This record gives sequence, C-alpha cells and structure tokens, in this order.
Amino acid sequence: MRGIVHTLALILAGQLAQAVEIEDRAEFGDPEAGRVLSVLSTTDAVVFSPLVEAFLAGRPDLRVTYTVASSQDVYDAVLSREGGFDLVISSAMDLQMKLANDGFASAHVSPATQALPQWARWRDHLFAIAQEPVVVIVSTRGLAGLPEPHTRSDLVNLLRDNPERFSGKVGTYDPAVSGSGYLFATQDARQSDSYWRLAEVMGTLSPRLYGTSGAMISDIQTGRLILAYNVLGSYAQALLEPGGDGRVIELEDFTHVLLRTALIDRDGDEPELAGEFLDYLLSDEGQTLIETRAGLPRINEQALRAGPHLRPIRLDPGLLVYVDPLKRQRFLNEWAAAVTRR
Amino acid sequence: MSHGAQIGGSIRRRLVLQLLVVAAILSGLLYFTVRSVADQAVEATQDSILGSAAIAIAEELRGGDEALVIDIPYAAFSMLGAVGEDRVFYRILADDRTETGYADLPLPQRPLSGLSAIYYSASYDDADLRLAAVERSVLVAGANVRVVVVVGQTRTAKQAIVGRMANRAAALGLGFFAIAAALAVLTARSVLAPLANLAEAVGRRGPQDLRPVTRPVPLELVPFVAALNGFIGRLGVALSRTETFIAEAAHHIRTPLATVRAQAEIALRQAGDDRIRATLRSVIRAVDDSARSAGQLLDHATVVYRSDQRADEDIDLGALVEAVLRSFAPTAELKDIALTADRPEQPVKVWGDRLLIESALRNLVDNAIKYSPPDTEVTVELREAKLRAILRVLDRGRGLAGMDASGLTGRFKRGANVEDVIGSGLGLTIVREVARAQRGTFKISQRKGGGTCAELSIPLR
Repeated sequence: MRGIVHTLALILAGQLAQAVEIEDRAEFGDPEAGRVLSVLSTTDAVVFSPLVEAFLAGRPDLRVTYTVASSQDVYDAVLSREGGFDLVISSAMDLQMKLANDGFASAHVSPATQALPQWARWRDHLFAIAQEPVVVIVSTRGLAGLPEPHTRSDLVNLLRDNPERFSGKVGTYDPAVSGSGYLFATQDARQSDSYWRLAEVMGTLSPRLYGTSGAMISDIQTGRLILAYNVLGSYAQALLEPGGDGRVIELEDFTHVLLRTALIDRDGDEPELAGEFLDYLLSDEGQTLIETRAGLPRINEQALRAGPHLRPIRLDPGLLVYVDPLKRQRFLNEWAAAVTRR
Repeated sequence: MSHGAQIGGSIRRRLVLQLLVVAAILSGLLYFTVRSVADQAVEATQDSILGSAAIAIAEELRGGDEALVIDIPYAAFSMLGAVGEDRVFYRILADDRTETGYADLPLPQRPLSGLSAIYYSASYDDADLRLAAVERSVLVAGANVRVVVVVGQTRTAKQAIVGRMANRAAALGLGFFAIAAALAVLTARSVLAPLANLAEAVGRRGPQDLRPVTRPVPLELVPFVAALNGFIGRLGVALSRTETFIAEAAHHIRTPLATVRAQAEIALRQAGDDRIRATLRSVIRAVDDSARSAGQLLDHATVVYRSDQRADEDIDLGALVEAVLRSFAPTAELKDIALTADRPEQPVKVWGDRLLIESALRNLVDNAIKYSPPDTEVTVELREAKLRAILRVLDRGRGLAGMDASGLTGRFKRGANVEDVIGSGLGLTIVREVARAQRGTFKISQRKGGGTCAELSIPLR
C-alpha cells in the first residue's frame, strides 16, 4: 500500500480553512505530488481511505487531502466561499440541496453521472454515491419476549404499553445537534402523522438523545438502550457484532433511504480533478469498493424495487423547506415540546 | 425537340419555384407558430405551478397575539420539482421587511392584489427567473400586516421542453416542406402535360399534313390552338395557291407550245432550205423540252395536291406498266431504244392512287430514255416480295457518276454529269413524293455493268 495516511491534529488542520471546525484530516499519496485534490466530507476518513487509495493507484502526480467535519460545518465551509475544497460529500441531503440550488456547485456531466437513475441526482450538480436505509435497532435481550415492531403503529403501541420497560432506554438523534437527525425527523414528520404520535410517546419515556449513529449502536450493545429509532443502517450492519444482541429492523410502513451526495465546489481550485474522483466513485469499480470496503450500500435501483417499503428521500426543492431558518426553528420547537417537554 | 426555338425560361421551373417558395413560407410559419404556442403553453404551466406554490405558502400564514407565523408547506417547493430540475428561490416579506428567504430576490413592478398571483420575469444570481407573487393580509396583535410571498424558479426545464418541441416543430416543418416540394413537382408535371401532349401530336404530323388541330385541349390552350389553326389554314391556302399558280402556268404554257410545235412541223415539211429545216428541228426539240418541263411541273403540283386528297383504288401494276410502256414506245423508237417489260403473268394488285403511281412510273421511264444512249435497252421489272410490289426501271445510261443517290431526289437537284441534257430536276422529286404518299420507298443506285437502277416499292393490297 503506497498511500500514506496522516492523521493530523485539529490545530494543524485549522490553518487551512479557519471557518470549519475540523474533526479529522488525512493525507493520501506522495506529499511532494504536484496536484492536490481536497475533499470535504462528513464520512470518516477510515471508511473512505480504500476508495481514495484505489483512485490514487497509478497516479503519482496526485495527492488527496481528506477533511472530515459535521454536516453543518461542511455546509458553512462551502457557504463561506473561502475555497480550499474541491469535492464536498455529505449525508445532509437538505443542506447539499440548498448549496446546489443556491449556485455553490459546478455542473458536471459525464457518462458516469448520466448513468445515474433520475432519483439519484439533481440537475448536473448533485449526485448520490450511496443509498442508506434509516432503520430501528432493538436489543433482543432488552425486548425479552415482547414482539418486534414492524410498523410505526406497532412501535407506538409497544412503547405505550410498556413504559416501565422502555423508560430511559429509548434513543434517537437530537435534531438540534445532528444534521442527519434533523433530516430524518423532518422527513418522518412530512411523511406521516404517526410520527408526532411516536414523538409524543417517546417524550413520555425520557429518551436519550444522540449526535451520531455510532453512539446509539454502541449503547444498544452495552445494554444502555433497548431501542434506537432512526439509525443509519449501514453503520448498524458494520458495527453490530455478528450473532450479537442488536437487531436491525426496517419498518414496513416506510423506511427512508438516505442518499449520501457529492457536489463539486464552485470555488474549488481543481474542479476537473474533483469531477474525475466523482466519476470514479460512481464507476462500477468505485461503487463496488463503496459497498465492500466502505460498507455503504451502492446506488442500486433493483434493491429499491425489491423492497417496496424503501423510500429514497427525494432530491427535489422540497428539501429546501426545512432549511428555511423560520421553518427550522418552528420544527425544533415543536419537536422539543413533544419529545423533551422543555 | 426545340427545332430552332429560342428558350426564354421554363414554365415548369417557374411553377415549381413559386410553389416551393409558398411551401417554404408556410413551413416557416408552421415552425414559428408551433414554437410560440409551445413556449406560451409551457410558460403557462410553469406560471400556474409557481402560482400554486406561492398561494400554498400564503395560505399557511397565521396571525396571532405575538407574531406572524410562517410555515412553508413541504409540497409548495416539492411541486416545483415536478416539471423539471430547476433552482428555486423564495422571499417572504411582512410590511416590506424580508422575514425569510432570499432578501435580494426581485419584487414585481406591478401592484399586487389579493390572493391571485401575478407573474413576472427577472434576472437573479446569473440566471433568468420566472416568479410568482401573492399578497395577503394577516392580523397580528390586532394590527393588519401585509405579507408578500414571492416564489421564483429558473427556466432550464422550460427551455428544455420548448427546445424539444421546437425540434419537433422543425422536423414537422421540414417534412411538410419535403411533401410540398414533391407535390409541387408532380403538380407542375400534370399541369403541363396537355401542353406536352399537344406538342407531341403536332410534331408527329407528316410534312404535308396541314389539317387543323381538332383534339380537345384545356381552356387555357384554346387561344394558342386557335391561333395555330388559323396559321395552318393561312399556310395551306398560300401553299395551294402557289401549286395552283404553277399548274395554271404550266397548263397555259403547254397549250401555246403545242401550237408552236404544230406550226413548226408544218413549216418543216414545207421548207426547202436545209439551214431553215435545221433551225426548225432545233426549235421543235426546244419546244419538246419546254413542254416536258411544263408537264413535270404540272405533275409535281398534281402529286402534291393528290398526296393530301388521294383517290385510292385497286390498281393492277402489270396493266399500268404495259400502258405506260405503250405510251413511251414512239419516243423510244426515235432513239432506237428497246423498251421491255419483265413482269409476272398474274396481276400485281396494290391499293393506291392510279394517277400518282402512273406519274411516278412515267417520270422514271422518261428519265431512263432521256439519259440512255441510242441502241440500248430500258427494262421495267415488276416483282412481288415480302408483301411489297417492287418496280425497277433499269437502263444502260450514264449512271449516277458517284453522286449521292439521296441528293438527286431533292427539288430542282440534278446530277453532275447531265449538263448536256435539258431537264427540270423535278422528276425524281415527284417519284419520292409519290413513294411517301403511298407509304412506299424509293431508291436509286448504280447498276452493275453500267447504268442506273431506280427502285420504287409499294405495299401490296
């Protein structure tokens, strides 16, 4: 393996893009190489390193700087227009949509983007590179004989009928903190009225609120949680121990499918390089690596057709609605009133 | 085809060209009409969706005791994605202060009224936008707040749809033009067909055919045909007047010549002086030649006249040959020429004009005797071969001396070796005219062993 992975301290990385609070930063390829592709992403560097290394194979003239930040910071970094990033990958579809709509993304047309299904791209500006179901995780030990829920109604009934069992043992995203959590909650709210019933019931159970899927999964495994709602399924499959306690449930009334999207920053220095890497991510080789090495399900229309309950979150201007600050504030207030009872 | 006619343009080309110009104009009109209708239709569609989105947002506005509540419905923007993938912009103002959205989004120039949306176009963020705006009053803490909702969208999808439709309209226009062009060519051909037919019918006529054109022609050609018929009529009259004049002249010359000849013969018999007798003989010979020439002119006029107005009947060529030879017997005797007939026993029947055929045969025999030296033989041969009767007049005369045989049959054409013999040059012309009138052929050739072979062939009855 010729790619050298450097994990640098926060302070060091902060020099490059001051506006962004950087979580992690990795360098791939020859540090002396002439051209630099700078990727800003919400996905952990470890997850993406096989892809970057495969892309760099046979291209000694290139190196890749891979910066990880939260979805809100990724959005703010692009919005600041200070540049420094070429390709922006995020799981916050609404924020990515907002960036693309407001003209922060360069158009990119290639056979690879043309081959994407219509639902997996918006114009020639925003492209999905992975599709990830949003699931419920339960601890079979924690349920101890109670039936597994298959729909949101089941879930509401289960929680309402067993308050003593689930009190303090239910977890979900805090939408005020997590961009993904906000997206899931708003999509749930618009998809079905039963979401607010569920939120009310969860509110009676003193739920634990989380910033990441990983934290919820590990709390299921340690037994601190019996049930986690709206967890990224791809992380769950990767992190749950095989034969262990945690079980992944795709609710049958509907299960949202998150599209991890990429756009080319209009203010970046290497838009062509960004396009090449994007094409690689969308190529069959790249998609295979995303599925096998990064553990993220590849873009696959067949899989969606096979699961009628799977609903990809649509890449359309509707996503902009919940980015509106007034709307966001209203939603968070309502959510807090229902769940945290503050 | 154009036989010396000057070509000044082509009706067909002009017709096709003008039809093509009309078709091109119509195709162009079709293209622009379809394009503009498509443009309006797509714009109306986009407007109505934009209007619905703006109205949907306006209807969710709530008043209250504390503040204006703005709750943008998800569908309001989601529906904008239905037509195509266009960028979406919005702006919500309360009493002219931007509450949310894009604070620099252009506002309509016209005043707003009520909940019906007004539509306008504007440029924003390097893009052409179509916008819809609605106004609504909301009661907030007892006061009337005027809220304006503006929703805008780029026009990429609209332009894509209009572009597709324009392509189709262009294909339609081109197809229309191609069909019209093909039809124009066919139309020009069918319109001009009667003209071509008429030209062919007139062109097919024989040289003597001066009948008026009687075939039915289209109304537009009637003046032309009437003028043509008038011309043909005048030509016929002029021609027949000429022929009549020649015949009259010949007739009027022949009669006094006969008188002169008779008087000269009487004078010859009475004259004793040898010099005077010699002079009288040469006078008689000259009168004879003049009489023959006058006779041939008359014959020619007769032949031309009768070619047009034939009196056909059954003719036995054998009997005709005998009769002609009998009439020439005295002349032949004068030159010691043996005049013989070689013909089958049975009659050889043809259908034709006796006067014409006799005239042809007389001219051939006359020529043969005239150009034969004394004490030779002139033979008239009659044969039947391949449904034709063949008349050959053979002599041992001076022949053609290498002259072109066809050149000799022209009017007033004479051979190069006959300057010492008086002749009009009309004889062979008469024979050729007869052959043509009887649908036969005439040829003249050098005879083996010296002399001439003249051959007239006529279809059998």
